[in-house]
Amino acid sequence: MAILVDNETRLLVQGITGREGAFHTQRMKESGTNVVAGVTPGKGGQEYEGVPVFNTVEQATNETGANASVIFVPPPFAADAIFESLDAGMSTVCCITEGIPVHDMMRVTDYLRIKEATLIGPNCPGVLSPEKANVSIMPRDIFAPGNVGVVSRSGTLTYQIVNELTQRGIGQSTAVGIGGDPIIGTDFIEILSKFEADPETECAVMIGEIGGNAEQLAAEYVRSEMQTPVVAYIAGFTAPEGKTMGHAGAIVSGGESTAEAKSEALRAAGIRAATNPSEVAELVAEALGESS
Amino acid sequence: MDLYEYQGKELLRHYGLETLPGVVAGTPEEARRAAETLGGTVAIKAQVLTGGRGKAGGIKVVSSPGEAEEAAGRILGMDIRGHTVRRVYVEGGAEIDREFYLSITVDRSAKQPLILFSTEGGVDIEEVAETKPEAIVRLHVDPLVGLLPYQVREIVFAAGLEGAAAKGVGRTLTHLYEAFKDLDASLVEINPLVVTKDGRVLTLDAKVTVDNSSLYRHQEIAALHDVEAADPQEQRALEVGLQYVKLDGNVGILGNGAGLVMSTLDVVAQAGGEPANFCDVGGGADAEQISTALDIVTSNEQVQSVLFNIFGGITRGDEVARGLLTAIERTGITLPIVVRLDGTNAEEGRRILAENTPENVVTEETMLDAARRAVELARDGGR
Repeated sequence: MAILVDNETRLLVQGITGREGAFHTQRMKESGTNVVAGVTPGKGGQEYEGVPVFNTVEQATNETGANASVIFVPPPFAADAIFESLDAGMSTVCCITEGIPVHDMMRVTDYLRIKEATLIGPNCPGVLSPEKANVSIMPRDIFAPGNVGVVSRSGTLTYQIVNELTQRGIGQSTAVGIGGDPIIGTDFIEILSKFEADPETECAVMIGEIGGNAEQLAAEYVRSEMQTPVVAYIAGFTAPEGKTMGHAGAIVSGGESTAEAKSEALRAAGIRAATNPSEVAELVAEALGESS
Repeated sequence: MDLYEYQGKELLRHYGLETLPGVVAGTPEEARRAAETLGGTVAIKAQVLTGGRGKAGGIKVVSSPGEAEEAAGRILGMDIRGHTVRRVYVEGGAEIDREFYLSITVDRSAKQPLILFSTEGGVDIEEVAETKPEAIVRLHVDPLVGLLPYQVREIVFAAGLEGAAAKGVGRTLTHLYEAFKDLDASLVEINPLVVTKDGRVLTLDAKVTVDNSSLYRHQEIAALHDVEAADPQEQRALEVGLQYVKLDGNVGILGNGAGLVMSTLDVVAQAGGEPANFCDVGGGADAEQISTALDIVTSNEQVQSVLFNIFGGITRGDEVARGLLTAIERTGITLPIVVRLDGTNAEEGRRILAENTPENVVTEETMLDAARRAVELARDGGR
């Protein structure tokens, strides 16, 4: 098994004829993903790499039975593209686009509350279940099928850690990049709960960053709800103190958001917390050794 | 993007918030003339994009144009938390009866706007949260529904306001929410919001932060960006869509993606080195951007070696390699550059580099090895 995307995934690409959309459609197809449709308004009726292109998501879904979408639409139009996918009944929507206005995303996530769909991102690398489905911009060669679930706020750091795992002979069930924006569709906890419910996932890796308190909230969830061992890494121990969002922002995030503070909170919850990417793979090997 | 107090106030006035009359001054002489025009008691307020200016002596209340000139002379040029004061705001006075705190921000975990109102105005809100949490009223707004009249009443009653003050504060909150939404703000903060002895509700200080991602639809706000206040290299990076931050060490760092760059800083520190700066080329960087990034990173005199750490996803290894070669050719950089390339099209990138390796470029297989090598080279003195 895997989470979110697998052999049943029938993928639709929004923005399939754009530079990034076209390039990654090809790569997703090469990974064996069942790409059934593309959407670019005004280019309906065309074909790209053997994939039929439609004007609207609804048309594409009606004709092809697509059940998941990946979005490569430029920021000013990306929120609209997410709404369109949600209204067409997609079960998984993955938005790669970086730079969507925060207010647009607050409206999207608000709407998401009344929908059954899972939104991954925005500003994320996507979701990849090795040898099953690749709904992402992640380099597939670094992955190997296995039983470690990876969830991350960062794109390239995920690649780094997946690469370290694979080189140690540790494969992955699914890797999910939840995105680095202030407002995202799905948080650590929701993905961790899916890994917990997935019989194939024997260990979960959580890759966080400084800022906010998502990692602390996840730590509390891991402590109280999860049997699956979790290994974590927070980047940014030496990062300079960034611009804060003013006083109100500091209050909302509720206290410390440094890598140090977060790693401490994780360790206090019984999570193995690494201090660099290589150590993550070591700790996963250790966790798998103990659980088997 | 953070706005100066006077800019924030000007924007908020368009939404019906009431402020005191004020004039921006860049010299003591201008401050004097402003005080003459405004008449009576005025406040001379440092305009800086950081908090804590009051404690740093950046605000003076004076009662004559001569004093205004003298106070401005002291405040202009002052350094407040690393920000040089280049302008003061000369603002008229008012007879204050009560002070409040009011802000709207984006609550990341609730994914909704959050209103904070406190009866303890004019002091640090963090301090109030610690010592007197009951003085703070919190309320989330459903962004698809908007701020509802009953929510405004809830806040006003919870704050114990009555009569004209209740109406005035309620109106201010309604207008402020409109501004927050319309301006694509990630923060609007009024501290203090005051009720005067004659019953007016005034915005005495304003902090407005506009979401950078929304600036494409707010050209008038984007134009307010203070080029002079920014670090010239950071400014140059920003113009070509890169993120650059200056630090204090001697290893220049260039990577893609905030997480990987942060992790690279950590690994360099663990290898015993100190980053001089870092430049995040983000996702999908092309040869031109890579070239500019390298130029920016090496323009810092402290840099003795460069660590070039790319793990491609949307960024392609071949583009990165071409950009690197172009940059070296164009700028004639002789500093040692340690390259670590992985991910999308990395093989082709490595092949391009191997065929044309300039003398000062070394490649490493792993991030840890690359970091160690860059630290060693910096220690040996690259320049």
